[in-house]
Amino acid sequence: MYYRIEVSTKPELPDPIGEDIKKDIYHLGLENIKNIRFIRIFILKTKKIKKTALLKISKDILADPISDIYNLDNHITHTKKKSTAFVEIAYLPGVMDPVALTTQRLLKKIGINFIEDVQTRNRYEISGLLNKRDIQFIVKKLLMNSQIQIWVKDEKKIFTHRKPAKTKIRKVNILEKSDKELLNISSVGLLSLNLEEMKKIQHYFALKRRDPVDIELETIAQTWSEHCVHKTFNGIINYNGNRINNLLRTTIMKATEELNSDFCISVFKDNAGIIKFTNDLSITFKVETHNHPSALEPYGGAGTGIGGVIRDTLGTGLGAKPIANTDIFCFGPMDFPMNKLPSGVLHPKRIFKGVIAGVRDYGNRMGIPTVNGAIIFDKAYLYNPVVYCGSIGIIPTRLSFKAPQAGDIIVVFGGKTGKDGIHGVTFASLELDEKSEISSSGAVQIGNPITEKKLTDALLEARNENLYNAITDCGGGGLSSAVGEMGKDLGVSVHLEKVPLKYEGLRYDEIWISESQERMVIAVPKKNMKRVKDIFNKHSVDFAPIGHFENTGKLKLFYNKHKVGEIEMNFLHKGYPQSRKNAYWKKKRFAEPSLRKKVNYENILLKLLHQPNIASKEVVIRQYDHEVQGLSALKPLTGKMNDGPSDGAILRPSPDSKKGIVISCGINPYYGKIDPYWMAVSSIEEAMRNAVSCGGNPNKSAILDNFSWGDVNNPKILGELVRASFGCYDTSTALKVPFISGKDSLNNVFSLNGKKKSILSTLLISCISICDDVTRSPSSDFKKEGSLIYIIGKTKKEMGGSHYYRLFNKTGNSVPKLNFKLSYKILNKIYNVIKKGYVNSIHDCSEGGIGVALAEMSIGGRLGATLNIENINKEGNLRIDELLFSESNSRFIVEIPERKKKMFEKVIQGIPFAQIGNVENSGKLMIFKKKRGIAELKINKMVSNWKQRITW
Amino acid sequence: MVKKPQVFVLKSAGTNCDEETKMAFELAGACVEIGFSEELFTSKKNLDKFHTIVFPGGFSYGDDIAAGKVWATDIKYFFFEKLKNFIKQGKLILGICNGFQVLVKLGLLPALEAKMEQSVSLIFNDSARYEDRWVYLKGISKKSVFFEDTNELLYMPVAHAEGKFITKDNETLEKLFVNNQVIFQYVNKDGKRTGYPANPNGSVRNIAGICDATGRILGMMPHPERAVLKTQYPNWRRKEIKTHITGLTIIKNAVDYVKRILI
Repeated sequence: MYYRIEVSTKPELPDPIGEDIKKDIYHLGLENIKNIRFIRIFILKTKKIKKTALLKISKDILADPISDIYNLDNHITHTKKKSTAFVEIAYLPGVMDPVALTTQRLLKKIGINFIEDVQTRNRYEISGLLNKRDIQFIVKKLLMNSQIQIWVKDEKKIFTHRKPAKTKIRKVNILEKSDKELLNISSVGLLSLNLEEMKKIQHYFALKRRDPVDIELETIAQTWSEHCVHKTFNGIINYNGNRINNLLRTTIMKATEELNSDFCISVFKDNAGIIKFTNDLSITFKVETHNHPSALEPYGGAGTGIGGVIRDTLGTGLGAKPIANTDIFCFGPMDFPMNKLPSGVLHPKRIFKGVIAGVRDYGNRMGIPTVNGAIIFDKAYLYNPVVYCGSIGIIPTRLSFKAPQAGDIIVVFGGKTGKDGIHGVTFASLELDEKSEISSSGAVQIGNPITEKKLTDALLEARNENLYNAITDCGGGGLSSAVGEMGKDLGVSVHLEKVPLKYEGLRYDEIWISESQERMVIAVPKKNMKRVKDIFNKHSVDFAPIGHFENTGKLKLFYNKHKVGEIEMNFLHKGYPQSRKNAYWKKKRFAEPSLRKKVNYENILLKLLHQPNIASKEVVIRQYDHEVQGLSALKPLTGKMNDGPSDGAILRPSPDSKKGIVISCGINPYYGKIDPYWMAVSSIEEAMRNAVSCGGNPNKSAILDNFSWGDVNNPKILGELVRASFGCYDTSTALKVPFISGKDSLNNVFSLNGKKKSILSTLLISCISICDDVTRSPSSDFKKEGSLIYIIGKTKKEMGGSHYYRLFNKTGNSVPKLNFKLSYKILNKIYNVIKKGYVNSIHDCSEGGIGVALAEMSIGGRLGATLNIENINKEGNLRIDELLFSESNSRFIVEIPERKKKMFEKVIQGIPFAQIGNVENSGKLMIFKKKRGIAELKINKMVSNWKQRITW
Repeated sequence: MVKKPQVFVLKSAGTNCDEETKMAFELAGACVEIGFSEELFTSKKNLDKFHTIVFPGGFSYGDDIAAGKVWATDIKYFFFEKLKNFIKQGKLILGICNGFQVLVKLGLLPALEAKMEQSVSLIFNDSARYEDRWVYLKGISKKSVFFEDTNELLYMPVAHAEGKFITKDNETLEKLFVNNQVIFQYVNKDGKRTGYPANPNGSVRNIAGICDATGRILGMMPHPERAVLKTQYPNWRRKEIKTHITGLTIIKNAVDYVKRILI
């Protein structure tokens, strides 16, 4: 029997969740919406009818006695009006439902044994003058995601799993197949293998004189996927007639090799890069992309994105402790007209809210602060949003390396395995189309952060006792990738029936490639098994030994004692054919616009502050716990009213030391439109400028690359990748800042009516840097009336890709470039003046140029300034708009106390600088050119323009 | 040698402020252990040894069902008598954020007329979302051993989604004030009780923290343990952070009380 218990907030109390949805419905254009009340449903399965017991459960456990009402087997209704509609949304069977799971466990624990199953649903009571079509629209756009949920029309209907199918070993006949048939096998099986790869596999099994078992084919497809081996970056590229063998190795990794920096502990070989912090401690940093899943199910996609990158931290070395997250997003325009949206595409606002809620709920629940990020809105991301999630960890340096030993037991622990995310990896390498909502539903996963939190606590305890030899996380490709990768230098035997399952009915191959979240694998020497079990039990973490490492050089898979697969590790990891692709790049010519010479600079600056890409992201930042763990020494929001923008974040790992970790980033896809080379250069310098502004040491900084690219089978787009990689190499070596890790997400393409829509080529550079004394770190807000304002660096006529041009819908050609030698010098001098304690405040000049940077410093400190832009150190003859809004690199605005003028200027000799004004308590930003007033802006007006753009 | 006050920071699945809470109590001069209920209340640890139990912040059991509800139910079913006994011995309990939610749902706060059943609740913020922001707190009662009048406002962060304080009825609300059990109220920087964002969640009468009738149990939504070092403050670069207005004073008061009265 199934009983339903409905719980809802008392009618006399406001229902904030309902109110929030109401606002969204209003924004959908349905202004007739009157009210929404949210009702939580628990469906309990029992063998016997025990009404009094069920009532007690409702009263004592499911409903809050102060704020809730509940009803057993009857509907709760808040209004009696006829115009009220009810919508009930259930999870599809097999989708993670944490509340149901927790409830079931709790009931069992407190001795209520007659409940066999718990499911939860959401019910909405919607009132207002809305017709059926309106309701359908609301459900589709807001209340439900068909990837994971279903609108229940018949409320009595209960959804359960299908009965398990009998597992038979299935061979796939490939030996005698033609090219066409091979491609068909790849596409029907969602393997994402191309013909050359299929033929290589055919050849391998021909030598073995047998057809592969499906699981073998799946394993190879997972291991050879773009997501796992980065075929494009590692392949052969014919670039403008020149042969590049392995782009990654010849640019990004080469820079790191040449720099050979002594503070790098581990680069490019582990789940994250590792740099030295103190003698005993090191820092890990990894940034991942999770674009495709976030396009389909923003909440789950972003949540599992952050969950996955946190496991990268946990799986680095012998396990680092996660101490901070970063998030950088690119979305379509929030005001994009709903009726112009192609089918199969979620509205940017929904993606925005879902992604942020996903990152928020996962990071906050894990107790890891989200400290740094950026958001870019552009039409280019309408079909494919870009979601970058980063994770920073801390690890004892001596635990930075791992190696499983023959005889070690393979232990999988954390979450159980279900059908979630099957084919996620191969799916990530495919392009989306209008049908993606349906055909790829298996690829969507929902995470459970509390499972990962328990896993983290248990893992770090086991790590501190030295109980295992190696660790890795189950990410893309699931156990297949994790175990395959861990055992590639040895060999493994895995018994798939031993893997703990969420429910019955998984085939052996599904167990092997499932991408269920929150799972990790460790290699445990036999003698430590007992202690490992004790620790996992103490933390209520599920685990199971599923096989062992052995000196065979083979991957052997068993299911219920039958061998279901055997592949040589060598073939699996080295057997794939190198990809061959063509690429070319030719400088694009955008017209340099001729804008009116005279404009109203006040209006322009206010408009720029109101641009979504520049405007305050406070509404997002506040939803993230950005200070849990108590390490925060510079928060993302700063200044007098705690709302000014910081250039980066600082963490101070120990109260006994003043040493800190600086985290920052740089991203600007608009420069890439003109020239990806200079995009890469500018993004690296921007990340470095941000880090140095926070007091980071430029000589103890490292960077990460994250490429989100479009269709790399298009030679033009691949050419952009090559060009950007060249930029990475040149800047990394010139600024002496090594790359330590990276990740690429290629083929961010959406097929619309047969036309391929690629995203803008988007490179994110994340930076991690050491700050020797956090108490000397300035922030970006003006501090004191009377202090002096300087501009460091040279302003040039570099308006191409600028936000100023974008106001006029122009791109231009004059993309910001970089004097590499001077840049290195400037970054070091700035570091020195900060270290010496001369600096009150400092802000990096980037989007919106000097104008926006000054406005932000003024907003942060709620202090005005008088400035003479005539003094700005410039190249050639610049117009006023060029002086104010050019986005030239290598520039900072610095505020210093007057008494430090001499000392300050002494240190910065040899780099371009100019004193341009004073901080004033005037409530206004006043800009002059010599004596002529150019602009006079009230701080209050700037604050409101800047803050009232991105609202929830 | 003077004995050090012994503090036990309780943990559940999803607790995530345990380590900084430990650090804060250590800075205040206490000796601290972290562990699960099963360890504290069963033979593994000696409950008698401890003078203070802290229910720290976090998302116990993912806030599933309602914030703090599952953890409170677990304690109620298995360890309630032991916990009550601990209180009877004159010892201290502090609940921060999720810990406050647990104490409220257990009925340990406010426990008017010594009735240990839930009479107040902490529900969804008016803004319907999680928010992390710094707030000013005014101490309005000296009933709690955790608070000594500073004549100045305390400043520390809140970070929660379910922190709106409500009571069963008006009578309960009035009694809380009459009994001086309301310790902290949210105020603006001038000390005035105003609305959002000074009152970050819409709590009735701006209530941020309450104690029981003995003054030895305190629950509060703001996080004193995140405001113990100068550099944790958002504005330390702009002005001097006076130690007596930091979150550390609350923790120090507790540690000093134990030193004075219990050991």
